[in-house]
Amino acid sequence: MQEKSIDTPGAALRVAITGGTSGLGLALVREFLARGANVAFVARGAERVNRVAREHPGAHGIVADISAKDDIYPIAMQIAGELGGLDVLINNASDLGPAPLALLGDTDCMDFERALATNVLGPFRLTKALLGALTASAREGGAAVVLNISSDAAINAYPGWGAYGASKAALFHLTRIWNEELAPEGVRFVSLDPGDMDTPMHALAVPDGNPAALKQPETAAREVADAIEAALARCVPAEAAEGDRR
Amino acid sequence: MIPASEPTQRPPDAKLLVIDKYGRISHVLRTSFDVFLRPGDLVVANDATALPASLRAVHSPTGCPVEVRLAGRRSLDEVHDFTAIVFGAGDFHSRTEDRTAPPCLKPGDRLALGPLSATIMRLLEHPRLVDLHIDAPADAIWAGLARHGRPIQYAYMPVPLELWDAWSPVAGRPVAFEPPSASFALDWRTVERVRARGAAFATLTHTAGISSTGDIELDLKLPFDEPYRISKSTASAVESARAHAGRIIAIGTTVVRALEHAASQDGHVYAGDGLAVQRIGPGSQLRVVDSILTGVHEPGTSHHQLLQAFVDDATLRRAAKQLDAMNYRTHEFGDSVLIERGPRGDQRH
Repeated sequence: MQEKSIDTPGAALRVAITGGTSGLGLALVREFLARGANVAFVARGAERVNRVAREHPGAHGIVADISAKDDIYPIAMQIAGELGGLDVLINNASDLGPAPLALLGDTDCMDFERALATNVLGPFRLTKALLGALTASAREGGAAVVLNISSDAAINAYPGWGAYGASKAALFHLTRIWNEELAPEGVRFVSLDPGDMDTPMHALAVPDGNPAALKQPETAAREVADAIEAALARCVPAEAAEGDRR
Repeated sequence: MIPASEPTQRPPDAKLLVIDKYGRISHVLRTSFDVFLRPGDLVVANDATALPASLRAVHSPTGCPVEVRLAGRRSLDEVHDFTAIVFGAGDFHSRTEDRTAPPCLKPGDRLALGPLSATIMRLLEHPRLVDLHIDAPADAIWAGLARHGRPIQYAYMPVPLELWDAWSPVAGRPVAFEPPSASFALDWRTVERVRARGAAFATLTHTAGISSTGDIELDLKLPFDEPYRISKSTASAVESARAHAGRIIAIGTTVVRALEHAASQDGHVYAGDGLAVQRIGPGSQLRVVDSILTGVHEPGTSHHQLLQAFVDDATLRRAAKQLDAMNYRTHEFGDSVLIERGPRGDQRH
């Protein structure tokens, strides 16, 4: 793992991961710990959060619901407090919408609203609350990244994936606009589709699928971490980059 | 002047009183703050987030309800040990000067702070002022503060403040005790305009302390010693702006305290951690900061004293008359003033 910033050579990269107790999120917690990062993770279940924190010394567990508006600032407070700032935010927590998957015509509004709250509004709110920390990191070292976990359902119109696909499409576009707006502040926004993985969410969506045909979350986590390292390396502080952008 | 009693950080009609270096006073909308910037200027804000430093508590030996306000720390990284003000029963709806005294506090007394508990380590020469130690692992302290703590607030603001009310767009590390509220004037559009003017934007982190204790004797000790951190990039941005005749514009009094303390050795701003202990007021020599954007502060406060380092008292009195006549709003959600240091304070060369 590269150094956090030119300001504090050798300091660990500060990474926050939502949905960090299962599937890709848990694999990301492990991957970033293995790469020497200082990691905070968020998930709803206190028991699971405490267990993952116990099993992974050095990881900071935060019990909260990313889809609940009132949880956002307490989450941001704990992330920025426990890590002493933030270099990388990974909005990984996702909601499938109706489970089992349903046609849009059969989708309950509440299921759609929950998918939007978890997959779009939650990442928006949390990113906004942490922008001060992220931009401070960018100013200090020229490196801050927000990676939003996307899906091919954000691009393709898969029947049955309406709530999930539409919410991921919104997150995908949000990511692009954030990236345009915050380039001058040195914060990069990246969408990444990890592919179909052998995770609890995939099992929920495709109960009769063959896990052996699916990507392991550990493999996807390595790809996500590599993508983040590449994005960090591309970060250029605003003043230095002014020439390119004008 | 009237207290701002709505927790809106950037009301579209927020006003800005400007005192230029010749003592001339003008009035503009605060959103057009950037028109005063010139290419090469550097705007420096405080990126500290305010902790939810007000904690409902019970004084275990007596069972009495108290309010604990965290008010000081030794370093930015300190999580367990704080200096705190303890009030008796009641909350922000009572004016701090009317707050009841806490029960008699003794070293070793336990305080139940919702999900957390703390021990009083020592008394600090005042029945309300103590050092306390929170007995929990760091992560549990963060969770406890985030869930149980409330932003410190005062009686002029009738609605309970939420965490986001005290959280400016540029707020990062939660290390301050009250929000560095001058930063409320900044949003990302404003930062964009700062850059469009050819000026640069930087931040430092200063643990802004509490603005009032409700006790005249204790208020005289304000501000308490305040740790701060200046990054290498901010220190070099300051030096580079000064080398090219750019002005340093501080967003808030805490930025002035940090930069001037960092430059107290030889006039150069060095990166690193410091403890701002100096009092800035009339007669203080400002070596770094050229202008300050700050809230509307009433005469007699330590904030107001600091402004006298920028401009003479007669000019501040003239400004106060206009602030009164034009109904400027005071306090953290109020209007703002921008003061350019006068020749009297210009002792840099």
